[in-house]
Amino acid sequence: MQVEEGEAFGFLGPNGAGKSTTIKLLMGIIFPTAGSAKILGHSITDVEMHKDIGYLPEQPYFYDYLTAAELLDYFARFYGFNAAERKERVARMLKKVGLETAGKIQLRKYSKGMLQRVGLAQAILHDPKVVILDEPMSGLDPIGRHEVRDIILELKREGKTVFFSTHILTDAEVLCDKVGVIVGGKLQGVGRPDEIVGMKSQGMEILFEADAADARSAAIRAKANKSGSRYALRVPEDSLYSALDELHATGAKIASVAQIKPTLEEYFLHLVEKDRAQAAAIEVSGK
Amino acid sequence: MTRIAAVAWNTFREAVRDRVLYNLVFFALLMIAAAILVGQISLGIETIVIVSLGLSAVSIIGLLIAVFTGVGLVSKEMDKRTLYALLAKPVRRWEFLVGKFGGLVLTLTVNTAAMAVGLFLALLFVKHSLDRGDAVVLVAVYFILLKLAIVVALSLLFSCFTSQLLAILFTAGLYVAGLFLSEMRNLSGSRVGPMMQILFSWVSYLLPNFENFNVMAAAAHGKAIPGILILHNTLYAILYCGIVLAGASVVFSRRNLK
Repeated sequence: MQVEEGEAFGFLGPNGAGKSTTIKLLMGIIFPTAGSAKILGHSITDVEMHKDIGYLPEQPYFYDYLTAAELLDYFARFYGFNAAERKERVARMLKKVGLETAGKIQLRKYSKGMLQRVGLAQAILHDPKVVILDEPMSGLDPIGRHEVRDIILELKREGKTVFFSTHILTDAEVLCDKVGVIVGGKLQGVGRPDEIVGMKSQGMEILFEADAADARSAAIRAKANKSGSRYALRVPEDSLYSALDELHATGAKIASVAQIKPTLEEYFLHLVEKDRAQAAAIEVSGK
Repeated sequence: MTRIAAVAWNTFREAVRDRVLYNLVFFALLMIAAAILVGQISLGIETIVIVSLGLSAVSIIGLLIAVFTGVGLVSKEMDKRTLYALLAKPVRRWEFLVGKFGGLVLTLTVNTAAMAVGLFLALLFVKHSLDRGDAVVLVAVYFILLKLAIVVALSLLFSCFTSQLLAILFTAGLYVAGLFLSEMRNLSGSRVGPMMQILFSWVSYLLPNFENFNVMAAAAHGKAIPGILILHNTLYAILYCGIVLAGASVVFSRRNLK
């Protein structure tokens, strides 16, 4: 799996697929039993590369005896900023994540969503080139999610590489240049969201209008689904023109023709089901 | 160095905010009660009683903090996952450990210094004056602090690979063993067998030797403590802490966090 510089990469997978494990490996929290990984050309064992990386852990928890401002000031010390720089950065980051008025409250009094915001602030505090976010939308209300989405888009605009895991597929579709899907600890696919789901076209959909009393179109109407005043007919791609001819002959009015693309969610569910089926097959053959 | 200092300062701040220093109130009350009581009895043993009681309290309170806070230094950060965000910063695991060690030793130093002030105030109350001979009490306090630094290093080491409860038991066990090293070395071959005697002898050199740090009796009686012992104990504590922390770093650097 490769993530290019300046890319927003969504790492998708069901619970227990290995998303957080992969991220923890990259951050040196756990160690790999095999294989290797590099970030910005440095081995993940090189601690100095962390100067250019920001990381938001999943469901972050910080020192509850510190205030948000103290926590950010503490973390800023590891990047060698002087007191004035730390003060300026801390204030800027708190404002960016919408916590400027809560900066002097101890973290023990913070809600889950507020902790998530502090986590995001500490991840981008030092203006890193690469930002790794583990479930950044988790625990946030719709407004919070929207704000995090805006921050990710801003990071993208600034040319930063953003790698984040998520369950929320619509976020991935909106934010990501590329996604990777991991299921059962194995990477199942990497590519542009439309690319990886578009690999398997599900045929064509013809939307048409026809008179319900017209006997000529009765047969084709029976094959279609009624949707409001229109009918939706799904046909394989190679049968498109014959279906259009048939509709034309019955006097139906064609409103639109579109390729049926599976959504990222459908693709994702398909992979999960495939993995479960494989696991079940292995279990049966094992028995 | 900046990174170690940052971790150390945060550890100190955590201890202060977790009300670790509240023990000083207990110590102050103990010293006040002892001074008033001794002042009333006045049998010419005021200094001995105050110094013995004071140093014992400094040692016991310090030990409780060193062991119970020490074993939680790393494990608490692992359990609460506060370590995740920290280890993603440009900080090495050994730097984190040394910082944690430094932070607790700083806490103990402040705590011990405050208790020493209390002890001298109590001495002043019963003796009405202080003389140069009382400086030996300062040396005794310094030795207690060195001993506590070793205990912190040990509790850190154990907490890197075992549960908090076991780490407390191991540290307390080693502390007690370290108080009786000469007995261990002097076990006669006829009582334990020659092989065991050799084994005990070797083990006794690995265990921390806390006997040399106990100068409470000398301090209570105002006997001078040789400079060579101060130098020896200082070097011993630095070396022992260094070795234990190096071991802890090796263990912790390879540990997968949950």
